[in-house]
Amino acid sequence: MTKILLNGEETEVLAANVMALIEQIGIDPRKVAVERNLEIVPKSAYVATPIEAGDRFEIVHFVGGGD
Amino acid sequence: MTEPTAALSPDTWTVAGRTFSSRLIVGTGKYKDYAQNAAAARASGAEIVTVAVRRVNLTDPNQPMLMDYVKQDEFTYLPNTAGCFTGEDAVRTLRLAREAGGWNLVKLEVLSDPKTLYPDMEETLRSLKLLVKDGFDVMVYCSDDPVYAKKLEEAGACAIMPLGAPIGSGLGIQNRVTLRIIIENAKVPVLVDAGVGTASDAAVGMELGCDAILMNTAIAEAKDPIRMAVAMKHAVIAGREAYLAGRMAKKLYADPSSPLAGLI
Repeated sequence: MTKILLNGEETEVLAANVMALIEQIGIDPRKVAVERNLEIVPKSAYVATPIEAGDRFEIVHFVGGGD
Repeated sequence: MTEPTAALSPDTWTVAGRTFSSRLIVGTGKYKDYAQNAAAARASGAEIVTVAVRRVNLTDPNQPMLMDYVKQDEFTYLPNTAGCFTGEDAVRTLRLAREAGGWNLVKLEVLSDPKTLYPDMEETLRSLKLLVKDGFDVMVYCSDDPVYAKKLEEAGACAIMPLGAPIGSGLGIQNRVTLRIIIENAKVPVLVDAGVGTASDAAVGMELGCDAILMNTAIAEAKDPIRMAVAMKHAVIAGREAYLAGRMAKKLYADPSSPLAGLI
């Protein structure tokens, strides 16, 4: 298990890379964007981007919003 | 017989190389659910919808998603930075939006006071420069200050979006003079963003000569949002046509419409 900060919450995950993390959460990877330690993780790099202890991840998507 | 001028060429507007026929942009917030939201957006005839970027709900990843209702093959998504109070937050949010959606047309808003939701113009200008350098096409929510509007344009904004009244207030267009000055001096599209409460407000905004209007609450918080969306569609068209037609001169006294000659 790797301890990371995921969307502001301390979490322990089994996933070894970003693609596995998204699958573990159960969301469609095409509908989200991922930031790791303040850097954007391109969709093409989900598998190649490892998850290391202490990483700070943000996983976001589009929601309704106006101004 | 001459053809009506309206039939000669389609009345479109262009922002950052993208051309649209609808001059109404609608927000996707405050609706009962995404289904109602999508129905209202369709009824409004809008081609662009604003969207926000937020954290995925990790505890319930099966919640309904905006993308499943307000679909990207139907609407151009305009990601915004609503809720951002610093330039760094805004840039970070829009980089994520660009990655999620794969496009670079965005709406920048950097707010200051949570009570008025007035834009922090100093921080907005600074953020704009960061985003332009990063390759974004930035439509900028701003105050109705003609000096700042000019600065935004010079810094590379692809559209200027002054408020007509505070966000979500529904007060109607409170600043016709400053909006008109901004419109006359801008070389990029000017959109009235925020302040519209009902259809006549949208018509007033369009009659001032702005290129388009952005609204959310006026539709979402109407008792019948779908019907108000239809009203807004017509109001924007009516205001635009009136602007193009050129209104009559105002006079202090009456001027009869029937001829005085030939009276019995």
